[in-house]
Amino acid sequence: MSDRIGVVSFPGSNGDTDALHALTGAVGVPARMVDHRETDLSGVAAVVVPGGFSYGDHLRCGAIARFAPVMAPLRAFAERGGPVLGICNGFQVLTEAHLLPGALLRNRTLRFHCFWTHVRFDGAPTAWTGQVADGAVLRLPVAHGEGAYYADDATLDRLEATGRVVARYCDAGGDAVGVANPNGSARGIAAIANAAGNVVGIMPHPERASDALIGGDDGLRLLRAALEFVNVPV
Amino acid sequence: MTGKDPAVGEGTGDGVVEPTWLVEVIVTPKTGVNDPQGEAIRGGLQSLGYAGVRGVRAGKVIRVELAAESAAAARASATEMADRLLANPVIESYHVSAVSPVGVDA
Repeated sequence: MSDRIGVVSFPGSNGDTDALHALTGAVGVPARMVDHRETDLSGVAAVVVPGGFSYGDHLRCGAIARFAPVMAPLRAFAERGGPVLGICNGFQVLTEAHLLPGALLRNRTLRFHCFWTHVRFDGAPTAWTGQVADGAVLRLPVAHGEGAYYADDATLDRLEATGRVVARYCDAGGDAVGVANPNGSARGIAAIANAAGNVVGIMPHPERASDALIGGDDGLRLLRAALEFVNVPV
Repeated sequence: MTGKDPAVGEGTGDGVVEPTWLVEVIVTPKTGVNDPQGEAIRGGLQSLGYAGVRGVRAGKVIRVELAAESAAAARASATEMADRLLANPVIESYHVSAVSPVGVDA
């Protein structure tokens, strides 16, 4: 029975408790922490791969996490169509694991970016963005040193042609797409999806925009997708 | 690279002890991949007066000590490691630059 959302915790993850808090609190969906050594994801309805600095970001962001024991069942889960959301370092892990194309490079400023951004959602529907209207602009914070999305031109063209560019950086009005791009991401990309739309990677942090008390709750419009994944209500 | 196997114990057959090799893998950003770190270094060099500097690419050197039966086997093993983990082929290229024996008199 798939009755809860799993939030993966690697050594060095720091968005794991934030994600768990947002899901169980503001969203109101059952969720549990999934240790990086777990090898069985049965009972998990969807997986969030959270932000942070897994394994100290050594070698490359996400490179070591890719070989954690939990990644084998996670890969099988994703390939069966299970919903997976990679946030920030989680996005980096999913690209290193080849569950999403491309890679995340050093910010073009060489600085760690920690501020609020706006992103516009206008890709094809995905498992996680069903509640974000086409063209919706969300205010979400970023916290990354390696957030510049990169893929070769052929891959970028394919992502755009198939609606797999889920979100791009923009200004508060939803314009200046690409120009408002803080980190040098190719074509202003902030989030992408796999071909089936069940795996999404996003650099900004929806779980850190889950309560007006901490500056905004736009992230809930993404995370509430989790309510559709569990077949046993709270 | 050296073609000569380093000296190891006299063991042969079942009890053979594989010699240790130092392998150097150089990882650099692929051509066309933006390298802000290299750009920053280029700016620094030019500020120091090295007007002839046309471009800088910054990468990393990874030195691996490993046991293998020959230099060629060590190189092959390091190449596989680079493919699987040490480099990300989406953004980086790599070069196994040197293989040298470690502890020849061991």
